[in-house]
Amino acid sequence: MTENKKLNQDAPTEQGGVNRSAGPGARIAASAFMMVEVVVSIARSLRKTRRQSLAPSGTDTTPATPPQQTVEAASAPQPNFGAVDPIPPRTLDHNLDADPGMNPERREFLGLVFATLAAFVTLVDCIWFLIAYWSHAANQILGGSLALALGGLGAILVIWGRMLTVQREAIAPREPLLPPTSERKAAEDALTLGAHDIRRRCFLRWIGYSFAGLFAAMAASLLRSLGLPSYSALNSHIWKRGQRLMTAEGKPVSVDSLQPGNTLTVFPEDSIGDERSQTVLVRVDQALLELPKERQNWAPNGILAYSRVCTHAGCTVGLYEKTHYLLLCPCHQSTFDVLRAARPSSGPAARALPQLPIYADSDGTLRAGGGFSEPPGPGFWGMA
Amino acid sequence: MSSAPATAPASAPTPARWLDSRLRLAKAVRSALNHIFPDHWSFMLGEIALYAFIILVITGTFLALFFNGSADKVVYHGAYRALDGTRMSAAYQSVLHLSFEVRAGLLVRQMHHWAADVFIGAIIAHLLRIFFTAAYRRPREMNWLVGITLLVLVLANGFFGYSICADLLSGAGLRVGYAILLSVPVIGPWLVQLLFGGTVPVDATIPRLYALHIFLVPALISLLIAVHLFIIWRQYHTNYPGPMRTNLTIVGSRVWPSYTLKSLGLFFFVFALVAALGGLVQIDPVWIYGPDNPAAVLPGAQPDWYLGWVEGAMRLFPGFNVHLGRWLIPEVFFPGMLFPALVFSVLYLYPFLDTLISHDHGEHHVLRLPWQQPFHTALGCALLAFMSSPWPADRL
Repeated sequence: MTENKKLNQDAPTEQGGVNRSAGPGARIAASAFMMVEVVVSIARSLRKTRRQSLAPSGTDTTPATPPQQTVEAASAPQPNFGAVDPIPPRTLDHNLDADPGMNPERREFLGLVFATLAAFVTLVDCIWFLIAYWSHAANQILGGSLALALGGLGAILVIWGRMLTVQREAIAPREPLLPPTSERKAAEDALTLGAHDIRRRCFLRWIGYSFAGLFAAMAASLLRSLGLPSYSALNSHIWKRGQRLMTAEGKPVSVDSLQPGNTLTVFPEDSIGDERSQTVLVRVDQALLELPKERQNWAPNGILAYSRVCTHAGCTVGLYEKTHYLLLCPCHQSTFDVLRAARPSSGPAARALPQLPIYADSDGTLRAGGGFSEPPGPGFWGMA
Repeated sequence: MSSAPATAPASAPTPARWLDSRLRLAKAVRSALNHIFPDHWSFMLGEIALYAFIILVITGTFLALFFNGSADKVVYHGAYRALDGTRMSAAYQSVLHLSFEVRAGLLVRQMHHWAADVFIGAIIAHLLRIFFTAAYRRPREMNWLVGITLLVLVLANGFFGYSICADLLSGAGLRVGYAILLSVPVIGPWLVQLLFGGTVPVDATIPRLYALHIFLVPALISLLIAVHLFIIWRQYHTNYPGPMRTNLTIVGSRVWPSYTLKSLGLFFFVFALVAALGGLVQIDPVWIYGPDNPAAVLPGAQPDWYLGWVEGAMRLFPGFNVHLGRWLIPEVFFPGMLFPALVFSVLYLYPFLDTLISHDHGEHHVLRLPWQQPFHTALGCALLAFMSSPWPADRL
């Protein structure tokens, strides 16, 4: 292409040189010819650049890619590109608009209409958003106007890409991913020959490995700043013997304050509101209880105390179904049998809710008779 | 006069030419403009995911200007009267503040949450497209691995994101996440200490998750997206079967102009969708749940939909512990940790399992359609059904 242009540009000067020795008539004829030549060459180059650029589909009558060539390319099972050019040639692109049955002029007209409409929507909604934003409008108005403005902009671009752009199907060879042997060998040589220049390579490698390890250890030891797990905290039974049971408001609970069928959340008196300490009190008919023998006196007046943290995944066992005496965890639907030491009766939990031994002191105030029967909360490796 | 047309307009000082004469970009730019992308709607799924990520970064930056990642206790006296005088964390207070008092704050917050959902949905759809057309075969195994890793990171970051709002629902989610991590044999207690900073979700938890959510994980995601795109660019896309589509050719549109226009248009469409959802469809109304409170109960608490399959498995799995001497493997480990680990192991290994079974080590640039590979399709459907069958259990 550039060669072609050069020829056209060279032609006039050459002729000018020849004509210097000729007569005036010939000179006029030659310069007229030159002018024509120049105009033609400009027109040619203009046509060429126009063809390469995104000429509107109607004007694209590409002689460089004649229909026969496209058809030929389409019917060939494997196109022959000759030597693989890493940058594929555009000249092979198939102009879909030139296919029979296509009507690019009509599409262009419709595209212009649609794009204008979309531009109108975008304009209106940009203004709408600005007004809405500055006048404290509701979230719905802000979101709606923003969506329409952005959607209009998207529509303009897609309409332009699909309707106001020459539709072509490009085809190019894939550059093979496996490099030629020589190329790979050259790279490997560069690596090994370079490495040979390093003296005492063994020592350097030794330094590299050992310091990589040391620096990794230094970085990892910084994680210590994030704290160490406390097995004693994880395995703590929380309550201590003699602690009063307190409500979330900090009031002690007396043995006759709870009605049968009711529940109450309590905490140790020194950690009210603490997540792992939360305990649920349930009062049931004492005759129904089926506690293990060693827990016979853990439920004064039919009041049972269980950890309120689910043993399955740590949610709060906050629901009580009094007709079936079941504590229910709303996260994964584990149920715990209140009458039988809160053993899981259905659902995914495997371990019973830890039970808290309680007793009423001389004033009738409820106190812990010791810690929970097990550490509360979800299980872990090393759970005592 | 005759010499005027001979001097072509050689170098007008455009910015492009200014750059080119300093960096010599012409060849690379020509190559980029000529790059070919196949035209098929299913290739847009990955693009939607990419654009959702860009929207997440934009909206997330706005949110970070107002969010306070601190668990310090404060008493609320803000615009939302229903919670006036309530004790809550500073994090939750800042979420209320940006939802009710910052102009367009609620819009941006809901757009951020919706964009995350669009992001994950698009990734999963993209993954299924790749799987059911066997696009992961050589030479694209590497990009499959990068993509699966991206999915893991994105799922984790979605969880971190809604956890740091410190409302009652995210508190329930944090407790379950804590229990799952704690259940890991041997190192469970160490892992929860590292991530949560205590024996229950405590004050240290929100700052840690916040740092992960806005810095570490997004940085990794950005890096892997760059790697993902570089590999696609280098290897070209696959082609659906069709005339002229062979292992030696690539057929489609050039980057410039039609692909650029259409893809940019798609970006604004995704943005418009997210804006419409963020403006019109309420998501994660934290003020209704109230602040996180370990003693409060939230019946029907569920994680975001993309974690529903793990949550469902946790509900379905029978309650049994494994005791190894004095050591315990608790019941949540199996559905909460082992099940997702198995699912993701199968996903990671799938291209290699495929090669192992088919003994097909060749390069493939033309896709296999689902009906051209019935065994593979059936297996994929079975895996999908197995994986998603716990999901309805989460919705019950």
